[in-house]
Amino acid sequence: MSFDNAYESLLGHEDSHWAFGTGFSEALSGVNREFPAGVDTADLAAYCLMLGDDALIFSQRLSEWCSRAPELEEDIALANIALDLLGQARMLLTRAGEVLGKSEDDLAYLRDEREFRNVHLAEIDCGPGPGGDFGTTIARLLVFSSWRLALFSRLAPSPLRAGSADPVLAAVAEKGLKELAYHRDHAAQWTVRLGDGTDESHRRMQAGLERVWPFVDELFATHAVEARLTGVAVDPASLKSEVDGVLEAVFSAAGLSRPADTRAARVAGMAGRDGVHTEAMGYLLAEMQHLHRSLPGAVW
Amino acid sequence: MADDLELRFERTVQADARIEPRDWMPDGYRKTLIRQIAQHAHSEIIGMQPEGNWISRAPSLRRKAILLAKVQDEAGHGLYLYSATETLGADREDLTLKLIEGRQKYSSIFNYPTLTFADVGVIGWLVDGAAICNQVPLCRTSYGPYARAMIRICKEESFHQRQGYELLMTMMRGTQQQKDMVQDAVNRWWWPALMMFGPPDSESTNTEQSMAWRIKRDTNDELRQKFVNMSVPQAEALGVTFPDPELKWNEERGQYDFGSPDWDEFWQVVKGGGVCNEQRIAHRRKAHEDGAWVREAASVHAEKQALKEGAA
Repeated sequence: MSFDNAYESLLGHEDSHWAFGTGFSEALSGVNREFPAGVDTADLAAYCLMLGDDALIFSQRLSEWCSRAPELEEDIALANIALDLLGQARMLLTRAGEVLGKSEDDLAYLRDEREFRNVHLAEIDCGPGPGGDFGTTIARLLVFSSWRLALFSRLAPSPLRAGSADPVLAAVAEKGLKELAYHRDHAAQWTVRLGDGTDESHRRMQAGLERVWPFVDELFATHAVEARLTGVAVDPASLKSEVDGVLEAVFSAAGLSRPADTRAARVAGMAGRDGVHTEAMGYLLAEMQHLHRSLPGAVW
Repeated sequence: MADDLELRFERTVQADARIEPRDWMPDGYRKTLIRQIAQHAHSEIIGMQPEGNWISRAPSLRRKAILLAKVQDEAGHGLYLYSATETLGADREDLTLKLIEGRQKYSSIFNYPTLTFADVGVIGWLVDGAAICNQVPLCRTSYGPYARAMIRICKEESFHQRQGYELLMTMMRGTQQQKDMVQDAVNRWWWPALMMFGPPDSESTNTEQSMAWRIKRDTNDELRQKFVNMSVPQAEALGVTFPDPELKWNEERGQYDFGSPDWDEFWQVVKGGGVCNEQRIAHRRKAHEDGAWVREAASVHAEKQALKEGAA
């Protein structure tokens, strides 16, 4: 680094002066992007939107903690998790866009609420603010990451399973496994700390679990798209016992009790995967999309 | 004996070598450093807010990722700097209380509001740029942990600056509305950026002692001039102008002449009268207070674990 000119090479194109370089390499470069034979590509796109929207909307929620976390280390950790999920969302939306002839930004910013296919757990307000607190946020993260890790471990190729027949989904899942294992571990550690810590933290952690529990059932409900995509998608019903086992182990270490099995009712039989959301979703999208929609034709 | 220690300290500093945490140092040096590094750490933490203001509304997913990563880096910088103060015997919790009780300051630039997405780019270009000009000399500062933290911070800040400039370049290739947003943001941030170098040398206290201790290495006015000289060609390349009718090349001096910032506004903002002073501190205080039960739970849990391990 030069001590004379802090700006050197700002106008040039030399990467060596920059901490991480400035090139953003395509995360899935080299992956075969052909659509697998015999698969309905509209279903494939819908499935990629389901998994992509889960990550995008939850990432949006987690990034609300930025500059508001209980400790600097935690601010960094939550931002990191939000960034991992945003990365997963971008790859999945891009894949859906290959079928639909749209870009990741078209899909993130120009779809209306009814076209988003994320589960309700990703969108509800769990704090900071009136919707919850750090305990509620950790409760959601624990459930979400345990479920998504189980899901991705089946989509990714392994010695036990072939993984998804869609090479892009398989590659996204393979890359996401390490990230999700860290997210789950981070949430599990906090669940134990809060469950075991003080009376107040125990009470808040238990309340956080009660708050998110009605939205857990939806995670394991098989959607028609998932049922049709044999070999490409994972049937979420098949994940339930594994996820239950993980959660039980964490609750037991934390001295917390598993909430009673309540579930939020569906709306005329529909829920997030069908594009029917909670009232929180409209506000979330209004905030996320307004600038992009306000300046049509702008380049960013 | 004390004289020997002091002499060794003076020689180390004069020779441009590093003072390390276990070395003897004068009390005044320790206090000045804690104050300076803490203010720098506070600035990083408060500085998360103006840009954090746009994370939820970033207009593309790529920009959202870049912005979130940048604000996360600022938390990281705050962390390294608070750690550097801890090597001098300070305590992060105590410094945080001093910040939220208004007993220690942070960079006044963060009391200005971020009103459009172009502000994110202009903060990267001009505010991070001015910060780099201030901070690059500190990579050679006499206190080892501070100097090493600054090297890492300056590298990351340079990266942020480049990303900010790249955003502006992209926007300047976009619609007229986008170009207007960029120029408007430059108009609002140019003078506050010049104020980041502090009051004119003629009015600056502390400079002489800090220069002798090699805590500070250039005067405010020298750094400000350097910043103007570097920024003008960049503005030209970008296609924007700075809101200063007195700005022009002076052939004789081989430098740009430029006008004087509104120092009344500067002091008004420093003294708490900026648009966002109260909001920034209230935000930080709320995060700290809302998180108290979490920090307490973590430490109680750690104590319980230590007892269990001791008993086993």
